[in-house]
Order: sequence, then C-alpha cells, then structure tokens
Amino acid sequence: MSQTSCSLFGCGVDDDDRSWSMDDYAGGLARWCPGCGDHAILAAVERLLEAEQLPPERTVFVSGIGCASRFPHYLKTYGFHGIHGRALPIATGVKLRRPDLHVFVVMGDGDCTSIGAGHWIHAVRYNVSMVALMLDNGIYGLTKNQTSPTTPQHYASNTQPKGSFLMPLNPLSATLGVSNASFVAQTADWIPAHLYATIQAAYRHRGFSFVRILQRCPQYTSDMFEEAVRNPKMIEMLVHPDGVETPELDKIYTQKRVHDPRDLDTGRHLAEPADKIRLGIFFRDESRERYEELRAQRVHTAQEKIARLNEEFDKYAV
Amino acid sequence: MSSSASVATKKRKASTPTGPVVTTVPEHTVEIVSDSGEGAQKCGQIFGAVSARMGNGAWTVELIPAEIQPPARSPAGASGNRIRIGTKPVTNWGDAANLVVAFNEQVLAARHRLDALHEDAIILVENMWATHDDEDIRREWVEVMEELSTTSYRIVEVPMEEQCLTITDNPRRGKNMFVLGLLSWIYERDVETVRDLIRLQFRKKAAVVAETNIALLDLGYQWAQEHLDFRINVPIEKPSTPMIVMNGNQTLAMGAIAAGMELCAMYPITPATSVSHYLGEIFEEFGGIVHQAEDEIAAAGVAIGSSYAGKVAFTVTSGPGLALKTEFIGLAVMVEVPLVVLDVQRGGPSTGLPTKVEQSDLLAALYAQPGDAPKVVLAPATIEECFHMVVTARRIAEAIRGVVIVLTDANLATGVQPFPRPNLDARWQAAPIDLSPVTEGVKPYDWDPELGLSRRFIPGQPGGMHTLTGLSHDELSKVAYDPESHERGCAMRSRKLAVLQQSLKPPEVYGDPEGDLLVVGWGSTKGAIEEAVDKARAEGLRVSTVQLRFLSPLEPGLKEIFARFRKVGTVEINYSDRLGDPYITVENRRMGQLAFLLRAHTLVDVDCWTRVPGQPLRPKGILEGIKTMLPGRPS
Repeated sequence: MSQTSCSLFGCGVDDDDRSWSMDDYAGGLARWCPGCGDHAILAAVERLLEAEQLPPERTVFVSGIGCASRFPHYLKTYGFHGIHGRALPIATGVKLRRPDLHVFVVMGDGDCTSIGAGHWIHAVRYNVSMVALMLDNGIYGLTKNQTSPTTPQHYASNTQPKGSFLMPLNPLSATLGVSNASFVAQTADWIPAHLYATIQAAYRHRGFSFVRILQRCPQYTSDMFEEAVRNPKMIEMLVHPDGVETPELDKIYTQKRVHDPRDLDTGRHLAEPADKIRLGIFFRDESRERYEELRAQRVHTAQEKIARLNEEFDKYAV
Repeated sequence: MSSSASVATKKRKASTPTGPVVTTVPEHTVEIVSDSGEGAQKCGQIFGAVSARMGNGAWTVELIPAEIQPPARSPAGASGNRIRIGTKPVTNWGDAANLVVAFNEQVLAARHRLDALHEDAIILVENMWATHDDEDIRREWVEVMEELSTTSYRIVEVPMEEQCLTITDNPRRGKNMFVLGLLSWIYERDVETVRDLIRLQFRKKAAVVAETNIALLDLGYQWAQEHLDFRINVPIEKPSTPMIVMNGNQTLAMGAIAAGMELCAMYPITPATSVSHYLGEIFEEFGGIVHQAEDEIAAAGVAIGSSYAGKVAFTVTSGPGLALKTEFIGLAVMVEVPLVVLDVQRGGPSTGLPTKVEQSDLLAALYAQPGDAPKVVLAPATIEECFHMVVTARRIAEAIRGVVIVLTDANLATGVQPFPRPNLDARWQAAPIDLSPVTEGVKPYDWDPELGLSRRFIPGQPGGMHTLTGLSHDELSKVAYDPESHERGCAMRSRKLAVLQQSLKPPEVYGDPEGDLLVVGWGSTKGAIEEAVDKARAEGLRVSTVQLRFLSPLEPGLKEIFARFRKVGTVEINYSDRLGDPYITVENRRMGQLAFLLRAHTLVDVDCWTRVPGQPLRPKGILEGIKTMLPGRPS
C-alpha cells in the first residue's frame, strides 16, 4: 500500500522520524476465551503493524459484530466496531474519501458470509484497497453456538442439534467467482508463520485483499480443525515466488503445490473442497481496477465551488 | 360555450376579424395529460420554466402513473403536468385546472373523474380518436364525450396528429412540442425563451432533434393563431430580486454542494433518485462523487464511513429505504458520527405509492430505532427551503455530532417554483473539526456535562486513536454495560437536542395570533394550507396557521401559541382514523403523525384532518377540513 499524504487539510504527520514498537499498537487486554484462535491473529496483525511501521493514527480497523469483531478494541489505532455484517460499507466509505488511511476490516464468518454477504460480494467487485480478514470458526460463538454458513454439513449446533442440514458455503470459491476479485488467500490461526506471511502479502497488495483465516473456537468447535492441527499432512501449501513462501515450515508441512497466483482458473479449481486444506494465495492480480482510484477527485476550494455553483445557478436564472 | 364535439374548431379557418378575445386573469392553472411516454411532462416542465423565467409566479406538479409504460389510452396511465401560474408568487398547485390539453379522451376522462378540472375549464383534446380505424376506439371516444356533455367545459378539438405528420413521421414523439406551441400562443409566452429551453433540453442529442422540436413548436403556435379565438393574459410583475427556477430535488442537490458535502451515497428509489441524477452530472466538478451502493443499507454505511473519516456525507432515500437504513442510523446516533439523511417521502407503508406524495415518515424518522436514538428531523416547506435546509442539516450534524434527517416529499421533489437566488457563503463548507493533534488524555467522548457536546477526532489525528462502538460505552469509548455509563450516554446524546431546541425561535403564526382554530402543518403543505386559511378568513372564520420546520426537537413556544386558540388541529398528508367511521372512538382513534407528536409534547387536545390521496392537498379540500375541525361556536 502506498503512502499517500493526508487528503484532509494536512492533518497528521508526514515524513516524520517516529518509530513504533509492538507496544505502541496494543490496545485493551483481549478478552477472547483462552485458546481462541483470535489471539494468534491479533498477535500476527500487531507484528505486521510494527514491521510495516504504520502510523497508528493513520490506521483504521473496521469490524462488524461477533467475537472476531472485538478486534479493534484490542489495538491502539483508530477503530470502528460497527454493526453485524456491515463493516465493509463503512470501510469503503472511509477509504473512498481518505485514501491516505490504511484500512483493515475484521469480520467473522457470520458477519461476512451470512448477514453481510451482499456487501462482501460487492466489496470484492469494488476492489477498494483494504485488507479484509475473515476469521472463520464455522460457528456463531458470541451468541453461543449456532450454525453458520461455513459450518460443515452434519455438524451439530444449538440451532441445528441434529447437524447442519446444508453443505457449507465456500468463501474462497464465492470470492473467486466475483468479477474484479484481486486477492484471495487462505491461512490458519495455528500456523503463525504462514498467518503472518499471508496477511503481510494481503497488506502489500494494492486492492481488496480477502483473507479467510481458519480459526479455532475452543468453546464450540474445538474438534473442527483438530485433525488438521495434529496432522500437517492434512494441509497442502500453495507455494510460488509470487505467492506465500514459508521455507521455515517446509519440514513440518511437506505437502506443497506450486500455484501461480495469476492463474485464476487453477485457483478456482484449487478452492474447491478436497481431502486436504489448502493454504496460500489462490489468486492475485494488481492490474484490476481499484474503485477508490476510479472515483478519486481533486480537492476544490470553497471559492472554486462557489464560483462553479453560481455558474450552475445561471442556467436556472429567471 | 356548450360542450360537444360539434363545436370543434377543427375546420374553422382564421380567427374572427376582430381577433382573439384576450382574458386577463391574476392566475391560471393548466394541465397537460397524455399516455405515459408521449412527453406531456416535458411539455409541462418547459411551459412552467418559461412562465417562471418570464416573471410569473409558478408551481408545477407532475402527474405520474406508477408504471413506466402503462397501457395506452387508459385512465390509470394519465401522465403529465399541472402548472399553476400567477401574477403573484404561487405556493401550491391550487384546486382545479382552468385549461387542459389532453392527448386522448381517456386521460381527459381520468382527470375529470378525479374532479381535477374547473367547471368552466377549457379543454383542448386530440381528435384523431373520433375517426380512428378501430371501432372500439371510436366508441370509447363517443362514450367519454357523452360523459362530458353534462359539464360546462368548453371543448376544442385539435388535430394534433394530423398537424404533426406534416413535419415528423412519428407524431407520438412530437405532439408535446406542438402542444407547447399552442400554449405559448394562448398564454402569450416569449417564443424565443421557449426555443432556448428546447435547445437546452435536447443539448445532448443531434442538433436536428432540437430543430425538429422547434419546428413543431412553431407549427402549434401558428395553428393556435389561426384557429383559436381566445388568449389568456396572466400579467407579469418582474420580481425585484434575482430568481432561479428549479425543482425540489435539484435544490437538494445544490444545497448539498453548497453545504460542502462531497459524497452522496445512494441506492435508486423513487422519488428520491433524481437528486443523484443531477449530482451525477455535475458533482465531480466540485470534487464530489455519487456512490451508487449495492443496497440502501450500504449507502448509509458508506456515508457513515466517509463522515467518520472527516468528510461529512449524505444519503438520499425514500420511505422503504429509510426503513432499511434504520440500524445504521441508530449506529450513527450511538457513535456520534455526523450523518445527513435526505428522505423524499412517498406513500406507504411498504412499497406503497412509489411516485406519489405522502407525509408518512415523520414518526419513522423520529422513532424507528430500537432504544433511544435522539436525532434531528427537519422539514422544508418550500422548494427554496430544500436548498437552505441541507446546508443547515450539515452544520447541525457536525455541531452536535449527530444524525439529521431532512423530510421532503414527492410534491417538493418534482415541483418547480421560482425562488430568490441564494447568496452562497464559503463558511457553509467549512468542516468544524479541530484538526490539531490530540493531547494525551483527552477522551473521545469528552462530553460537556451540561451540553452533551464533545470534540470529535478523526482518523489521521495523532493522539486521538480510539475505537468507536455501537455498544454502550463510556467517555473513553470503552464498552461499558454498567448502569451509570448507559444512563450517562443516553442523557448526553439526548441533551444535545435540548440544547439545540433552546437556540431555536418560536414559529411564526400566519394570521391573527389568536382565534378559534390554529392549523398546524409541516413540510410541503404550507402554501396550500395558507391559501385555505386565507379563504376561511375571507368567510369570517377565525383561523390561523403555523408551519413547523423542526420536528425534532420541536420548535419552542408551541404551548403558548396553542393556548391562544380555542382549538388546534393538524393538516397532514398521512393516515388518521376519522371519528364517525365504524368502531372509531375518541379513545381508539389513531391520529395523524404530527398530531400524535404534538399531543405527546404539549398535552393539548390536538385534532387532525389528514388525507392520503396520493397527491398534494388542494386548498379547497383543506378548507373543508378546517370547517370540520372548527369548534362549535359558543351559543
């Protein structure tokens, strides 16, 4: 993401020599359950902010409602903890008029793929530059154990105690199916190196970066990813020089597949359900048009506007 | 003149040797009605604009069927325009049309059946149907002519199609300009101004299109000159101040620009959408953009996001869209992010009457949110006020960190009226945000304990980092569920309205400050109510009226004003039960929305007279309402 100078009357500090440590980004004490995958994701994000030295005042985290959406409270940046499913429209409004800000969106699976599904599809199409993290634990946790669109079929919950009736929605396929998609990746909370490398790639991508993070919920779906956590052979890493490379994990995660993120067709194929969980970048294309750039306008002074408005009035003069 | 097809002037050659009879009147109301798609609206718009530009008072109302292409020659498909012009300013569409131009007898019959025509109305009707090849059509023509034969209309048959065919192969697309020519002759309009407006109308098309339309205009003018024996003179008094002419949605758009807003986030909905059409053409020249969102909800969200980031934005919608935005509006109230919502009201509930006027979103604007969500609600009463109230709305939204909903309606949206040209002020555009770095320890909700007001920090301001939340929160914007924090947050958000209310002036009473009945109105009904009150006073009735612009908070002094009248009643375009209807009692009667509000706020026994005809109220109708509400005279 390029550093743009602030578009709002020169507020903020440009080209300063300040530097930030991890502590500078730490907000309130995270109150997720012990063992919740969200802790690891928060740690990875704090690490990214520090590594990229993002000025806290120029960084905005927008979230919806759910366990995952508590995220902004635990950071010391600007944050907007909004309403269920609707983080993306708010984030779009922020970035559209303030392209100088670094915008991150944190959503859960209910937020993104259920109540906010319409916004998700269109946000992908707008391709406004931001990092959208979808923390997918396959369940509604905050409201205590209800089936979500990504809950595996036959998995029991309080609303569907005999097991989920339907096949789960595949967020990767859905995102890859939307025109103008520009970055689609998957990672997992229990593989910190891959998690960090993926969100870093997402941050560095120019456009709408969609990252599905498989996330464990110790309370309600502790067994959902258990097998994959215990058995690295369940994981297939998509690797490529233009994708995510984590050589430090090679000894553990031996299942690898070379996938060029420019190859959309193969990316779509790889996103389909398989006997392995695939992590990495399924698709990336920086040449896709970015809505905030298509709609960028130069700032007009009040006097300019008045002069132009008076011309407009002339057309309607009696 | 008696009304029958036999008096047609079709065959008559030039006018009488003495020339046409010119009747001078202080005002006249014209209707042009056609099938949808025949261009009667365009004709009416240009006629209204020309009249206003020449210095007549004018008010135009679109007559719109809900469907884009209703069946041809159907009464339900009547589409067109009413234009009321006068020597003095005109404030409403009046009671009945004095002159009607109809493209077929079915749409004419529709207006007749709606009691829209004055008993002595002059009617110019296309007569091709009388001799049409289709037997059914000829029969329908005869039936309508028989229906009208008991009236005292003066019917003039005009061979519109036959005439237009001398210039264009497709008269269906050209009759409207021929009719504009007729009207230009009858009303002595300045033909060069008419030609200019036609060129403006077709500026995006090939030049030949404008020239064909002008030829049709000239043809109509010439035909009228040769065949009609009357002209109408509505004297012109040039206004002393510069005036402009536009419709209410255009003024909303202009107001948004003048207010310095640079983002209109919207989703298409009738009758609000034309605000964005207009902005879509010019907004970028001011650094602004129209964002057509994926839905009404997202439109509100994008506007909130932009406002949060320091660029105050607005969203424009109508009733069903307002319903969808409910949750986001509640969020904006809760996190105290400024937001301007323009609601161009239409008939409800549900999809209701998409193209037609109603004032039924008042209580939804005030109370749609769960929990206490205090916000400001304004209602412009004129097209001019649409402009200024958007400017006011933005300033209030920023000043109180809150939501301002502006309620206009379909009547203002499409109505055209001349009004004094606004003097633009650069201060309207200034963002009242203190952008200096935030001192360590300053709280994101540093509420003044008396005023409830607090400084707003926006992203980019060092030291101001905090997380907004729609959850109950304390001054640090930390989630706080304890009783004290929740009570305090509610009180602070509410206090801002009380502070605003104390800065307002009491409304002005139109008419005597005391009497038997005070009519209270809001929004676009002002002109019609005042005209009805004038009529009532001319009949010796002791009636006055007051029009409210602030619905939340309500303007001060209402109780004192009400106390000087024996009775108070509202006139509104929304539903209320009528006493005397089955099962309706004083106890269970559901009141008009403003009446409901005023009763709650003042404890005065406010009555109401409301109607939901899907069209603006007529002064005549309001006069009847006044008479039903007037308290019985003391014996």
